[in-house]
Amino acid sequence: MTQDGINAEQVRHLGKLARLELTSEEVEHYAAQLEQILSAITSISAVATQEIPPTSHPIPMENVYRDDLALPGLELADFVPGAPAFEDDRFRVPRILGEPS
Amino acid sequence: MNDLTRQSAATLATAIARKEVSSEEVTQAHLDRISQVDERVHAFLYVDPQESIARAREVDQQIGRGELSSPLAGVPIALKDLLATKGLPTTCGSRILEGWRPPYNATIVEKLHAAGVVSLGKTNMDEFAMGSSTEHSGYGPTHNPWDLQRIPGGSGGGSAAAVASFESPLAIGTDTGGSIRQPAAVTGTVGVKPTYGGVSRYGIVALASSLDQAGPCARDVMDTALLHSVIAGHDPRDSTSINAPVPDFVAAALKADVRGMKIGVIKELQGEGFQAGVLERFNQSLETLTELGAEIVEVSCPNFQYALGAYYLILPSEASSNLAKFDGMRFGIREDDGKNRSVEQVMSATREKGFGAEVKRRIMLGTYALSSGYYDAYYGQAQRIRTLITRDFEAAFLQVDVLVSPTAPTTAFKIGEKLDDPLAMYLNDIATIPVNLAGNCAMSLPIGLASEDGLPVGLQIIAPAMADALLYQVGSALESALVDRWGGLLISEAPSL
Repeated sequence: MTQDGINAEQVRHLGKLARLELTSEEVEHYAAQLEQILSAITSISAVATQEIPPTSHPIPMENVYRDDLALPGLELADFVPGAPAFEDDRFRVPRILGEPS
Repeated sequence: MNDLTRQSAATLATAIARKEVSSEEVTQAHLDRISQVDERVHAFLYVDPQESIARAREVDQQIGRGELSSPLAGVPIALKDLLATKGLPTTCGSRILEGWRPPYNATIVEKLHAAGVVSLGKTNMDEFAMGSSTEHSGYGPTHNPWDLQRIPGGSGGGSAAAVASFESPLAIGTDTGGSIRQPAAVTGTVGVKPTYGGVSRYGIVALASSLDQAGPCARDVMDTALLHSVIAGHDPRDSTSINAPVPDFVAAALKADVRGMKIGVIKELQGEGFQAGVLERFNQSLETLTELGAEIVEVSCPNFQYALGAYYLILPSEASSNLAKFDGMRFGIREDDGKNRSVEQVMSATREKGFGAEVKRRIMLGTYALSSGYYDAYYGQAQRIRTLITRDFEAAFLQVDVLVSPTAPTTAFKIGEKLDDPLAMYLNDIATIPVNLAGNCAMSLPIGLASEDGLPVGLQIIAPAMADALLYQVGSALESALVDRWGGLLISEAPSL
């Protein structure tokens, strides 16, 4: 990717990274739109200098501890009906091997 | 009592507590209203009249036995479809979650249940809360009760429209960049974005975790104060939840006093890009606040001009990560043609089919901003801008008690007008976004109709973090002056549908 724009090929790559099987029509459409949006928003990259600390979260965050107690969790019956495929107490998924490169 | 759907939640709760009317009667009246008008408004994605009535009867019994003393017991509510409701459809406005029923309740849902507030159903929204018009719902747009050809704002357009069309006295919204306040502004209703961490996010499907906050929607300030009191408070299940006592919002609303207060007008949030009729009403409200005894001061927040840019890098970055879980493996739809496709291909096909255009745009933007080599230039810089915006607020609050601005730059636009122009759509949130980036709190309340189009205008009050009570104190003071002038709430001027 280059800093000065976003083209169809880059959109196709983003689609791949984000697991979106984009149609070629969408690729063209989004390339133009993302280019427009990025050129409007990325001007901020020159505004703040490195001395300014980044804010990741609006309130001061501290780690929260709790006692390590066993509590009742979800029952199978709670979430099995919502699963696309379920078998032998497990989520059934498509094949995970033989991925095309 | 006359038409139950025209009453405030406070009035209904008092009547229910005194047994002048039952929760069942109140709930039934609202269900009837929904069946009369929702075909045209489309505020709701899901309504289950039998379930609501059964719950109302249960609440009536609890009240009869003296077991419920909550200030909203028996009053109906509409829930944005971003809230997990156990056993009830929760789509987040997305086709990818069509038919999914969560195995648990959001903390807000549990709190409302414990307080005897009766759910009427789930409201429409822009898909995964991405949008300012509710046109990005996978289930069709919601229409503004003031003009059915216009948008009700977004992402919480369904919640605002349900309240504005008298289908429900109360609703829950969520606000990541203005999704409670901008719909409130364009529908002539009241909406509050609480301080970040003030209301539990547990069970609210995350859009941008560092910006999201749920809050109350209603037709007047007191009702939002009552609802805010019911849903606020520390939740051990949300690690970002603030562990501090909840201020008395109702007392603040009753106080309704701005005498001696300094109110800051944000220089950068007026002028160019703001509709003339919006500014006219806004300036009139400043005069009203002065008459009420406040001192109006202009303050500058120079970094607000970068807020939109920072927001549209931070939000898509967090969203692209949060939405990775919608992959068709454990819940929601799965797009599998049965041709032995790989897991990656099925995920890609499922997300392609299940997500709408705006969600895809933002996922790709976020993926881009987080890419190696870009992370520091985009996401890192956006986080530094966030610091500058927070500092702008801190400096402003050294000079004034609260800040005000128009909530949205324009009144409700026509459905379809900005649908394929993302940048134009993003500009709707120019005045609301800085608050989410800094994490403080804000309210939008109606201040009149714009002279050029006769549509509602909203004023935004912004207070420091944890000072939510100030919103209610200032909001109710302004509201009661306006109501005296108008002879009733602005919403009573909306078409009867």
